[in-house]
Amino acid sequence: MKQITDFKLMESIDYGKSVWQRYRSPVPLPFIEAGQFVQVRVDDSPDTYLRRPISIHDVDPTQNEISLLVQKVGDGTRHLAALTAGAMVNMVLPLGNSFSLPQSDRERILLVGGGIGIAPLFYLGKILKSKGITPQFLLGGKTKGDLIRREAYEKIAPVACTTEDGSFGEKGFVTQHSVWDHAVFDRVYVCGPKPMMKAVAARCKEKDLWCEVSLENLMACGLGACLCCVENTTEGHVCVCKEGPIFNIRRLLW
Amino acid sequence: MVNETIQLGKGLVLRNPVLTASGTFGYGEEYTDFVSMSDLGGIIVKGTTLHPREGNPYPRMAETASGMLNCVGLQNKGIAHFIETIYPRICNFDTNVILNLSGSNIDDYVQGAERINALDKIPAIELNVSCPNVRQGGMAFGVSCSGISQVVSEVRKVYHKHLIVKLSPNVTDISEIAKAAEAAGADSLSLINTLMGMSIDAETRRPRLSMTTGGLSGACVKPVALRMVWQVSKAVRIPIIGLGGISNATDAVEFMLAGASAIQIGTANFIDPAISAKVVRGIAEYCARTGFEKVSDLTGQLIVG
Ligand SMILES: Cc1cc2nc3c(=O)[nH]c(=O)nc-3n(C[C@H](O)[C@H](O)[C@H](O)COP(=O)(O)OP(=O)(O)OC[C@H]3O[C@@H](n4cnc5c(N)ncnc54)[C@H](O)[C@@H]3O)c2cc1C
Ligand SMILES: Cc1cc2nc3c(=O)[nH]c(=O)nc-3n(C[C@H](O)[C@H](O)[C@H](O)COP(=O)(O)O)c2cc1C
Ligand code: FES
Repeated sequence: MKQITDFKLMESIDYGKSVWQRYRSPVPLPFIEAGQFVQVRVDDSPDTYLRRPISIHDVDPTQNEISLLVQKVGDGTRHLAALTAGAMVNMVLPLGNSFSLPQSDRERILLVGGGIGIAPLFYLGKILKSKGITPQFLLGGKTKGDLIRREAYEKIAPVACTTEDGSFGEKGFVTQHSVWDHAVFDRVYVCGPKPMMKAVAARCKEKDLWCEVSLENLMACGLGACLCCVENTTEGHVCVCKEGPIFNIRRLLW
Repeated sequence: MVNETIQLGKGLVLRNPVLTASGTFGYGEEYTDFVSMSDLGGIIVKGTTLHPREGNPYPRMAETASGMLNCVGLQNKGIAHFIETIYPRICNFDTNVILNLSGSNIDDYVQGAERINALDKIPAIELNVSCPNVRQGGMAFGVSCSGISQVVSEVRKVYHKHLIVKLSPNVTDISEIAKAAEAAGADSLSLINTLMGMSIDAETRRPRLSMTTGGLSGACVKPVALRMVWQVSKAVRIPIIGLGGISNATDAVEFMLAGASAIQIGTANFIDPAISAKVVRGIAEYCARTGFEKVSDLTGQLIVG
């Protein structure tokens, strides 16, 4: 069941272009699946009138806590990033569908994240781990500083990296990394900027690999009520906020 | 105890004056985790057309200062799908379920209204002659007295329950249009639909919406909507349902003071999915505090001069 909850910001770590934040709910958290998101009410200012959709980065049900990774791109995300411990933030959650999980623990899984798109893959990685599957992370950024919280990902599973300037990991884009040549994957999960997701999807199609992507269309309601967030698919326009944000690439017209 | 009942006439009775606006509340199902349908005066479901419509391409929305633009373009699966698939799911909601009907020609409106007339549990149609996002989304009808007379009188011939006509604010004199709708047989009027607007991204030098223009809604339109409700209330005798930027109970009370008998909550549902029920409570509290025994007594109680 969905909730509207006033969360308390417990901890915030600034990484320059982005921020990691841990929030505690005063009520028991609903069951949250990997790939779902929250709609954050930033403040009452005219410039952030609507809620902002942010992926759930991690969940700690024992503490009723969730964490978010937020990239500062505009007024809303900058305001959120500037909050300090103790601030109260209203969120609607959990929204959207979720990544489909493997059928067997023998499946080989690749989790590809670009930029802030690494956010939802953390919780997915944790869930896979709890099911006895160790995935391979492949994280990409423009430069080393974009690969935030790499150590946290490394605690879950092996992490391969690319940077466009070569400052860390292999130089280039995630699609050019050597993990693609060294291993075979049964499932590929992707979240990142659209051009990057399209490139990975093209690569997966070429190799006939199963692949799910997480879309970030502009949203108003986040509940499937307004039809603003649609993606054109093989079945016509569908709501990314309700039937997505996770889509198998076979449904997309990419 | 404040009496919250609102009689809109022709068989439409609301348990309180709060309805949810078409296109902002889905089919109600999207909000059942946040509000109980039995708390609301009614819900007005998504704009429906005789034939299915894919709507406009993405991007369909742009945020503006205290508001938003949309150009959804009446995406819906058509009346047959509504009757077969959606109606059975929502017809037992403990509230008035009202259908918002749109069309691109008179025949579509008439055929649609005929089919909805046969549905026992839909006590009213809201005739959308004011969608700004579709070339023939009905706005052509809603912006001239002759157009609105024609569509309303034709629908009136086949539709025997409560007929709400939703007016466009994108006109020179909304009172004239309102009078024409009343004369053609409307049982009540709802206003306003969205205001035509536009948003540009200076960096890319492109419009933010796929259709270049779209409909403006949210808190920023309230003063315009309030003025129009007040003007129309002077011009017609049928009840008015006021909407446009209502974000809390005080806003709702203002619309009633200006002349509305009931109100709708639209874009505010996106910001607080539980707002509609809060507005219901807030209006009753206002009445209790200010000595109104009946919520319906608020209508037109504006003190001027
Ligand atoms: C399901 C979903 C999950 C998301 N998860 C995360 C996340 O985990 N972390 C994170 O930092 N961001 C995430 N986003 C993107 C985030 O919602 C936007 O960056 C945010 O709404 C921008 O708000 P703002 O007020 O800071 O910027 P605005 O002032 O609204 O916009 C600033 C710039 O960012 C662009 N922008 C705004 N919204 C989006 C969007 N949805 N997608 C792409 N570009 C956008 C605008 O076009 C503009 O150029 C997610 C979006 C969706 C739909
Ligand atoms: C996303 C969106 C979709 C809408 N769809 C419809 C529709 O299908 N039919 C209709 O009559 N009005 C539609 N409207 C207009 C609203 O019902 C309402 O008239 C308008 O938004 C003003 O009220 P508000 O400021 O409270 O939102 C839509 C508005 C929005 C924001
Ligand atoms: S954002 Fe409203 S339907 Fe998806």
